[in-house]
Parts: sequence; C-alpha cells; structure tokens
Amino acid sequence: MIYPLTAKEVAKRVLEGNLFILDVRNEGDFNNWKIEGKNVTSINKPYFDLIDGVEEILDHLPSDQDILVVCAKEGSSKMVADMLDEAGREKVFYLEGGMKAWSEYLQPVKVGDLKSGGELYQFNRIGKGCLSYFVASQGEAAIIDSARMTDAYEEFAAQKNLKITHLIDTHLHADHISGGRKLAEKTGGKYWLPSKDAEEVTFSYEPLEDGQEIKVGESNITIQALYSPGHTIGSTSLMIDDNYLLSGDILFVDSIGRPDLAGKAEDWVGDLRTTLYTKYKELSDDLIVLPAHFGKMSELNENGVVQEKLSVLFEKNEGLNIQDEEEFRKAVSENLPPQPNAYQEIRQTNMGKINPDEESQREMEIGPNRCAITE
Amino acid sequence: MAIAANEVLDCKGLACPMPIVKTKKAMEKLESGKVIEIQATDKGSTADIQSWAKSTGHQYLGTTSEGEVLRHYLRKANPDEVKEDTKFPHTVDNVMLEKVLEQENTVILDVREPAEYMFSHIPGSLSIPLGELENNIEKLDREKDIYVVCRTGNRSDRASQILADKGFTKIKNVVPGMSEWMGPVEKFQGGDK
Repeated sequence: MIYPLTAKEVAKRVLEGNLFILDVRNEGDFNNWKIEGKNVTSINKPYFDLIDGVEEILDHLPSDQDILVVCAKEGSSKMVADMLDEAGREKVFYLEGGMKAWSEYLQPVKVGDLKSGGELYQFNRIGKGCLSYFVASQGEAAIIDSARMTDAYEEFAAQKNLKITHLIDTHLHADHISGGRKLAEKTGGKYWLPSKDAEEVTFSYEPLEDGQEIKVGESNITIQALYSPGHTIGSTSLMIDDNYLLSGDILFVDSIGRPDLAGKAEDWVGDLRTTLYTKYKELSDDLIVLPAHFGKMSELNENGVVQEKLSVLFEKNEGLNIQDEEEFRKAVSENLPPQPNAYQEIRQTNMGKINPDEESQREMEIGPNRCAITE
Repeated sequence: MAIAANEVLDCKGLACPMPIVKTKKAMEKLESGKVIEIQATDKGSTADIQSWAKSTGHQYLGTTSEGEVLRHYLRKANPDEVKEDTKFPHTVDNVMLEKVLEQENTVILDVREPAEYMFSHIPGSLSIPLGELENNIEKLDREKDIYVVCRTGNRSDRASQILADKGFTKIKNVVPGMSEWMGPVEKFQGGDK
C-alpha cells in the first residue's frame, strides 16, 4: 500500500521526527529548492529515469525508515511510490499535492502572551521560509506580512472568535504575493503599506509612516511603526508591546536583508547600514527580534519559533558585525544568491499592476524566498 | 511558420508524469533521426523533457508556445551518430566554412531535419533533409562550391557521398557542423519561450 502524507504531516515529521525523502523532480529543481530539516535525508532521482523500473534505487533506500516520495505536483511521486510498493517496499508515502502544497502550508506557532493582554503568533510558511504574524487582542486581530493563502488566517481568527481589523505589510514584497489586500477587502480591515513602497500601487491603502500607532482591540496593544529602509526604500519595522521587534526583511536571525530586489543595490546600501548599525543600535537590547524570513531549519528554536534577542544578534549575526563600510557594501551587493523566482512579476502583482490567476500565482511563488544576502 | 515534425504526440491536458511516459513510448517506435513534436499543457514539461533528453542522449531541439500549448521538439538519436567513421574524403572544419561564408560561389546545404533547421541555422543556407536529398538534386547548382552541414558531420558525410555519386565534384563535408558552430545563426523567433 502507498499512503498520502499531507504537507501538515510532513511538517510535523520535519520538525519533530525524521524523514527519508526520495525526490523525483528533475535535478535542477531539486538543487534549487527542496524539503530540508535537521533529521531529513533526501536523495534525488528524476521520475523519468525510473519509468522502466525502480530496481537501481532500491539499494539506496534505508530499510528501517519510512520513505516519502516527493515531486512537483504529486502525479510522479504516486507513480514511483506505486512502483516501489510493487517492488516489495512496505509503507511508502507520497507528498499530497507535491512541492506546491509544501510551499503553501502555514504552521501557526505561539510566540507568547502580550503584557497588556493578548497573544502573538508566528505563522511559519516552512516550505518557502516566510514568516507572518498574528496579533490577537480582545476580539480583534492584526496580521503582519500575511501570505497569499488567506484561508489559514481566516480559519484561525474564526476559531478564536476574532475580527481581523488590520493588515500590515512591512514592505512591498518581492518573494511572495501578499494576502494583506485580499484579507482587507474580505474582512473590512485596514490595509497598511509603507507609503514610500507604494508610489506605484493601483489601489488605496493606509500609509504606514514612522511613528504611526495601530491599536488592536480596546486594550493597550499598540503596534508602533519604525521607518527602517534598506531592503526597500519604504521598509518599516514594527514594535509590539515594547517587547517585540518585527524586523521585516531588514534583519534575520542568521543574516540581513538584501538591498537589490526593488532596484539597484548600490542605492540603498547606505540606508541599510544606517538602519542596522545606527537605528537598531539605539533600540532596547532586550527586544525580541521576529523576522519575516528564515533560511535554514536550524533557525527555529526548541518551540519551533524563529526569534532571537536583539543583543544576541548584535553579538552573533555576521551582518551586524562588519565594521568597515566598504566591506559592508561588498557583502550586501556582491555575490548575492539568485533572486527569488519571478520577483519582478510578484512585485507588479503586489502593486496591483497585474492580476495573474491563482495557478499562475502559485507558479510564481515556487522556490525559496531568497530575501537575505546569504543562502 | 510551422516547424515540421515526423510525428506529433498529443499530451495536452495531461499532468506529470504522463507527458514524459507517453513521449518515452513514442520515442521507442520512432525511427532514428526523426523528429517528434510533443504538445503539452503541463508547464513543468519543458524542464523535464530537457533533462530527460539529456539523460537519454536524444536531441532536444527547442520549445515553442502558443497560448496554453507548449510544443517540444525532440530528435531521436542515431546509434551510429556517435561513431566517427567519416568516409567522404573532402572535409573542411567550421572555421574554414566561416571564412568562405561570404564568397559568391558558396552554397551551404543543411541536411538536418526541418525542425532542427528552423530552430537555428546559418543565414542563407539551403535546407534539404538527408532523406529527401535524392529527390531534390535539381535544386543544387553543380557549378558552385557546396558545403554540406548537419549537426556533427555524419549525416552530411552521407549526403556528400550521395552528391558525389550523382556526379557533383565541388562538394565539401563540414566537420563537425552545427553542434559547434560559432558563426552567425538565424534563430526561430516564434512563441514566447
């Protein structure tokens, strides 16, 4: 028998257990982007090399572990799983919906309770390395940097009986299509976007400016905007409860934001340096940094949250420890990883200039986020 | 302009892995050297067909797209194509051909399949596939210097011998030919891929 494994179940195994993956996509796709994790082992053998039989790979599969066959959309992994089953392998799984489903799965994890009442959640899009945030307080909710798959947030809000009132994007995204505008239209909430990133947008929005305060619920939960350009010209960080710093694509746990996705890297190198080395330096050391991306599964802590104290990052994050300005300029503008897939089209979509159908939007978002200067 | 193929395989509406599974079966039946056109709507098929061709040794010619439909062109590899047993005595290399391109008396005869020719060929070259050469002899001027090209020099070798048998005397086989051609080319511009 072969069994389907949903992206959610795969996420559980990636985070908590171990997994052996036979990835049957072509070599290029596999090298570009795959399921990774601490106890995940994967091998690549394209399905088209297995059409005549799976005998040659049987020896490469561990006998004491479940096998998960993975492909782009599901079809080929099912075919190969069936062949492995016929060849005598027991318990062969395939990834339901393939890498597309994996890219779209969002895992909510609680970050903590807010001092003044309320809760903060991190929604982890594990397959793509994107992080969004859900602030809940007194019957209301604000979502920051929401992903395109808005159902996950709506279901979460419904379960907790919350009305979504604010949708905030820390910047105009280049790696994924924002769900903020769609959610705002559906829920009647306000859609906030930094005005400097919104000069070409085709829709109306609430301008997110330095010092802006956004209240969630009737209590004292205040989201405070801090203008922090560098990844884009409008990039804005958010302080929540004087305890959390949502750093967007400016500062990550293991890396820093790249300045080249919305124009020329050279233009924003200075802004990026000032934000990281001056503005952030003036903030409280005890702030807990919550970024909009992660690069490796090792950035998740024991609770599955991607977070780190600002003081620790100033000590350990290499991007915050380049004293020489010229060296910094080189680090953030030379030898950068490839850009995110279809990043120009994604930016155009987020500006409302183009409206691709859902299937095209999926295709555009394939692959890792690639918003940091290192992979 | 349409690209000629010996076989057309309809894989429209089929999801992965079916386009490749069907292509593989069709290729088994196809005669060596012939071109197959695979019509597909699965966007992933382009990268997969290319990788598959690379791993099997078949020649991936290119892909055109029209709306939702992708047309992939593959040429089935000849088992003897890898052999280097050129028999026709008069050969020139690619560099030499580049030098005589502009000369008035030069004719470049491309004997590859029409689909190969469509995707990329030397400007001004004449396309007569090897299999149709004997029926098209009248298209060639015996007074001119005829340089025969194909992809690697094997088909053009056979073509050169056919022409020699027909009494042509100014024939040169170009070795290796288009596979390593660095000179000017005219490429197919249709479609958006």
